[in-house]
Amino acid sequence: MSQHKELRDHQREIYFFRLRLITSFVFMLLLALLLVSRLVFLQIFKQDEFSMLADKNRISVVPIVPNRGLITDRNGIVLAQNYSGYTLEISPAKLSKDMESTINELSTIVDISAKDRKRFKKLLTESHTSNSYPIRSRLNEQEVARFAAQSYRFPGVEIKARLFREYPYKDRTSHLIGYVGRINDKDSEQLDDKGLAANYRGSDYIGKLGIEQSYEEALHGITGFEDVEVDAAGRGVRVLSRTAPKSGDNLKLTMDIKLQEIAEEAFGNFRGALVAIDPNNGEVLAYVSKPGYDPNLFVDGIDSDNWDALNNSPDVPLINRPLRGQYPPGSTIKPFMALSGLDSGKRTASYAISDPGYFMLPGNRHQYRDWKTGGHGRVDLFKSIVISCDTYFYSLANDMGIDSIHDYLEKFGFGKKTGLDMEGESPGLLPSQDWKRRRFNQIWYPGDTVSVGIGQGYTLVTPMQLAYAVSIIANSGKGYKPHLVREITNSTEHTVKEIKPEVTVNLSLKPEHLEIVKHAMTAVTLPGGTAAYAGSGAAYEFAGKTGTAQVIGIKQGEKYNANEIAERHRDHAWFIAFAPADKPRIALAVLAENAGHGGTVSAPIARKVIDYYLLGKVPPQSRYAPQPEEKEEPEND
Amino acid sequence: MIEKLQRRFMLHLDPILLGALAVLALLSLIIIYSASSGSIDRVVGQAINILVAFLALWLIANMPLHFLMRIAVPIYVLGMVLLIGVALFGDIQNGARRWLNIGIATIQPSELMKIAIPLMMAWYFEKHEATLEWKNYLIATVILAVPFLLILRQPDLGTAMLIAASGFYLLFLAGLHWKIMTGLLVTALGSAPFLWHMLHDYQRQRILMLLDPMKDPLGKGYHTIQGMIAVGSGGSLGKGYLNGTQTHLEFLPERSTDFIFAVFSEEFGLIGNILLLAIYIFILWRGFIITANASTYFTRLMAGSITLTFFTYTFVNMGMVTGILPVVGVPLPLISYGGTSMLTLYLGFGMLMSIQSHKTLVQS
Repeated sequence: MSQHKELRDHQREIYFFRLRLITSFVFMLLLALLLVSRLVFLQIFKQDEFSMLADKNRISVVPIVPNRGLITDRNGIVLAQNYSGYTLEISPAKLSKDMESTINELSTIVDISAKDRKRFKKLLTESHTSNSYPIRSRLNEQEVARFAAQSYRFPGVEIKARLFREYPYKDRTSHLIGYVGRINDKDSEQLDDKGLAANYRGSDYIGKLGIEQSYEEALHGITGFEDVEVDAAGRGVRVLSRTAPKSGDNLKLTMDIKLQEIAEEAFGNFRGALVAIDPNNGEVLAYVSKPGYDPNLFVDGIDSDNWDALNNSPDVPLINRPLRGQYPPGSTIKPFMALSGLDSGKRTASYAISDPGYFMLPGNRHQYRDWKTGGHGRVDLFKSIVISCDTYFYSLANDMGIDSIHDYLEKFGFGKKTGLDMEGESPGLLPSQDWKRRRFNQIWYPGDTVSVGIGQGYTLVTPMQLAYAVSIIANSGKGYKPHLVREITNSTEHTVKEIKPEVTVNLSLKPEHLEIVKHAMTAVTLPGGTAAYAGSGAAYEFAGKTGTAQVIGIKQGEKYNANEIAERHRDHAWFIAFAPADKPRIALAVLAENAGHGGTVSAPIARKVIDYYLLGKVPPQSRYAPQPEEKEEPEND
Repeated sequence: MIEKLQRRFMLHLDPILLGALAVLALLSLIIIYSASSGSIDRVVGQAINILVAFLALWLIANMPLHFLMRIAVPIYVLGMVLLIGVALFGDIQNGARRWLNIGIATIQPSELMKIAIPLMMAWYFEKHEATLEWKNYLIATVILAVPFLLILRQPDLGTAMLIAASGFYLLFLAGLHWKIMTGLLVTALGSAPFLWHMLHDYQRQRILMLLDPMKDPLGKGYHTIQGMIAVGSGGSLGKGYLNGTQTHLEFLPERSTDFIFAVFSEEFGLIGNILLLAIYIFILWRGFIITANASTYFTRLMAGSITLTFFTYTFVNMGMVTGILPVVGVPLPLISYGGTSMLTLYLGFGMLMSIQSHKTLVQS
């Protein structure tokens, strides 16, 4: 084979080599062309897309939480405010050690109580949206300094300065103002649903109850944003642009905190509720729920001890009585029944019954007893209200029939929400044939109607409803929607939005019918009336109606004896009132739980509230009572 | 006197090639300054790398061609011994066994093989120039394949592929028949599944990521995505020197080494890229001229392989940064920070210069 092999032609070899060299050069140029086209694609056609991605990389949007709006009473006294303070916060994800030992070590530097620990644990289980959770709030300057010096030992623990919500009137305003609390998983879900999640970036708190909850949107404000250039490690390099936050709106309430306090003081040790309304515009002047609780406990999460104490208390301080407490109205329903009787033509002012002390349905031996054994004798409509005659109203109810009663009482707002600007209102209960069929699948018996006439039976009302209803009588048939907020001030634009009174109902009641009922209610507080004691010496015409709502039923033939019944089973004492009777400026409903007679407990509370509201009269035991003036030192000449 | 020294200094250096290298060396320092966010240490370090590499270039350029012929076998043997040493006793770094501790320093023998393999193959072809037949090509292929497989197993996919490319260029230039070449290509494609099995997980991930980097933008696709963002957001004119946000806010990984092209692209845009590519093509062109004029079979093969391999490096790096090739850890020739890569490349260019300047002396 090798003999056949010629020596290669050198020129030919060079030629072939150069051919291959050129081929490879062309191939390299093709590769270069591929690169250029890729670069053109990326840098020309995709430039916008990649520029956007580069910006997304480097620009981090940092929320600036707005200051929450203040809440004041109608005179500008602050009921909910912000103060700046320090919290010690733990970011569980950044901890290098386990939570328990971190907290133990922290407690050697900063005072951490068992309550703090419990509260912190509860917080951790309830919320997963936040990165850091406060283990201690309201650190003092020394604690801040001590921690700052040791902070290197605690990665994932830091001190944060921020605004806290504070309620200076504590339990006086608990059910009215409510409170803010940390945003939990449920809250963030709701925010997502409402499309508000973006505005709550960076926010830790949200209104949970009361005004804080119902006016959350206005109070929260608009979150501002800072575009911060960050490096790959997330460190801020510089601020590119800033959109200032807009502080939440300030709310001016319709209520007068002083009136509210005087009302609460007037309750003494009784539990209960009081709602006072200006009948001319629906402004709620006082909103008492006793007992209350300290809303400040809830702001950073309540510890389990405090929670258990509140939640298990027999006084149920956590229930918002004016709005959610549903009670039988008792005799306070009688003025409304009377107006219904007159308007329906079932009764006239002059029509009178002879009261034997009980009422019996035809063909039935059951006795519906009057509160007064032996009866009141001859009773007309006027007297029936003044002395609160049950027999008269048993008979009236029976004559009207339940559906007619339902339709009339509904006009006064019973059985439905008043539309108060606070969430969670209960509608009460106004029975009807239809209702009973739906609720119990039973027919309505005539006997059911009888007790409805005196505000017992199925009927349930809230103190709010009763105050609203009496304000309609006070205002001669015209009702205004009760509301708690008077003005909303936008603190950024300095605009004030006043809440206009909103007419809800304008009943065409005959003036003479109104006249007789108002007259009778005025007589209730005069000698001979059921609230004569509370009305004695009033410097104005004081219209009212007592009521006693049974908590337990009394068997046939038994007699109610307050002394023999456990305190919790005693009757609730109602009083509804308005004054001055000829030109009412205030209408209210008072409920004292298990207090017995409306005339002896609730009416005096109403009197004190009205005395202060109309006359500026401060009860001597009030903290607002004028202190005896100190004698001035005689000056030397 | 000085003029004489100057002449002696420049005697074996190719001024055209040297000029292009100088431009890129300056560019390297400028870009590293930006990529390292103004670190003078880094710039000085690279300047030292360049000076050392240049010293090697000068020495090689001044060596006569037979010197290269003489060292081919010993260097290849030494490289193989070291490679086997790595396979047996190598240090593991980042899951790869690439480094060998030889007492005074830790070395990466695969870098040495980048030069040793073409040298050995060119030497072999030169020896059998007169009687080349198919079995010579087969032996040359074995000379390439053994170290290739050793490096692939380390694993170092990038270096292995580049060494395979340089060997293949040599076979191609040595006149391997088209048919065989087609056969080799088919074999290579056919053995792809087998190679796939030989690959380590992270290498497979890199190839898979290339197909869809968005699958894992913060993990395995991060390098590619951030590189493409840097290049793409540079646009036609770039963001301006020292103004690249991807670079200076440190979103870009490996800024002064493997991804330095992304830094350049972001700050100088498409115009800058085309100019840069033009310089590389210019060097490629000069290499071809030197190759075409080379006097012996050995030097032609050597010069061709060096030139083609150099440009292949460039293509692979740019392709990797722009997302058309997997991230294989190949620096941008003559620009990326790093002493070893600089030294290897300058040695190659030293050989080119030696081939250019010594051709008249050895022409037979």
